[in-house]
Amino acid sequence: MMARYHVTTTVNGDEVDFLCESDQTLLSVLRDELVMTGTKEGCGTGDCGACSVTVDGRLMCSCLVLGVEVDGKEVETIEGMADGEALHPLQQKFLEHAALQCGICTPGLLVASRALLERNPDPTETEIRYWLAGNLCRCTGYHKIVEAVADAAREMREV
Amino acid sequence: MRYEAPASLDAATRLLADAGGAARVLAGGTDLLIQMRADLVEPTVLVDVKNIAEMREIAEEGGRFRLGAAVTGMEIMEHEGFNAAWPGIVDGAKLIGSIQIRGGATRGGNLCNASPAADSVPALIAADAIARIIGPDGRRAAPVEDIATAPGRTSLAAGEIVVSFDLPEREPRSGDAYLRFTPRTEMDIAVVGVGVNLALDEAGMCVAARVALGAVAERALLVDEAAAALIGTRVDDAALAALSAAASAACRPIDDKRGTKEFRIEVAGVLAERAARIALERAEQG
Repeated sequence: MMARYHVTTTVNGDEVDFLCESDQTLLSVLRDELVMTGTKEGCGTGDCGACSVTVDGRLMCSCLVLGVEVDGKEVETIEGMADGEALHPLQQKFLEHAALQCGICTPGLLVASRALLERNPDPTETEIRYWLAGNLCRCTGYHKIVEAVADAAREMREV
Repeated sequence: MRYEAPASLDAATRLLADAGGAARVLAGGTDLLIQMRADLVEPTVLVDVKNIAEMREIAEEGGRFRLGAAVTGMEIMEHEGFNAAWPGIVDGAKLIGSIQIRGGATRGGNLCNASPAADSVPALIAADAIARIIGPDGRRAAPVEDIATAPGRTSLAAGEIVVSFDLPEREPRSGDAYLRFTPRTEMDIAVVGVGVNLALDEAGMCVAARVALGAVAERALLVDEAAAALIGTRVDDAALAALSAAASAACRPIDDKRGTKEFRIEVAGVLAERAARIALERAEQG
């Protein structure tokens, strides 16, 4: 059997190391090695955005990144979004606006929305829709998601 | 499969040479990982080139840009100087995939994956970009239009890597643009793509032009006849009509689920005219 790769990285601010196969995706590492199952697998081909995470601040599909590629990098996942029991404003607004039904796309949409608001605290509806074009939701019709992101942005600007 | 992430081009070329054709270059991974998952490719060695500084930077030397082959779409979109000089190349970068895909996907990868519909390739060809290549026999350079030869095939020899793209000095009063047709505005693949790059003299006469078409042949095409329709004109309606006709005439598309031959031929003409109008506006501003 081939040797596994030893990778040291930071996940949601905590230093983490893991062993993985060379062809194992970051998504698989998060879910199967680190048992952080908040990040979801949808298509596995970068089309749906359910597995969105950030790597060194860059929004990416974790199904299209290898675990070995994140050595020395900083990974942020949905598990790092709430502050203990206190939900992130985006999470709170998703609940208030009923911006989810089945919930499979929700972690990816939240991580992607946070990445948007970090760069653009006051996005237009068009900017929100284009930014989230890589996150598919088959339940909501997107409207409530867009409203929730805009509302969260409003609230976060006021703080 | 072995994973290597060398920090130098020498080390990368040695790894590729030693693997004797069984290695693959990993840049953004947005095509390669999907092909690996589908068992379309089964490399024994993966050579990750993202630690090689020369491939990861946008450098400007004396008014000329050198675009590293492993620079991502998001990095290109965020580079102010590059946006000002080559907005048409940035048009192509903006259209590829989602924000997530643009976070990883690279220009070198888009070119070497050799899809005829690659959105970043026509504007690079129109810009007269030269690919710098390194391989077991040393360095060489080739025009971007000579790299892809057919779907999934390139003119690169075994063990060769596209390192960067050299762009010419930007003349005053020059501008470029890339447009594509897709049924959806985002997350789609070009049915037709057109890149136009042109330069005007002080009197507003077009003195240089290059026109490239994507998704209408087995590879992206540089269309000299379309450029000739613009050169020596004021890019007026008559010139644009001639450009449109020349662009349509150069198409040799296939029918597929995304568009028929007839549709692609017609749309190539329409988009060539529209892209030329945008390039003209940018040239007049620049």
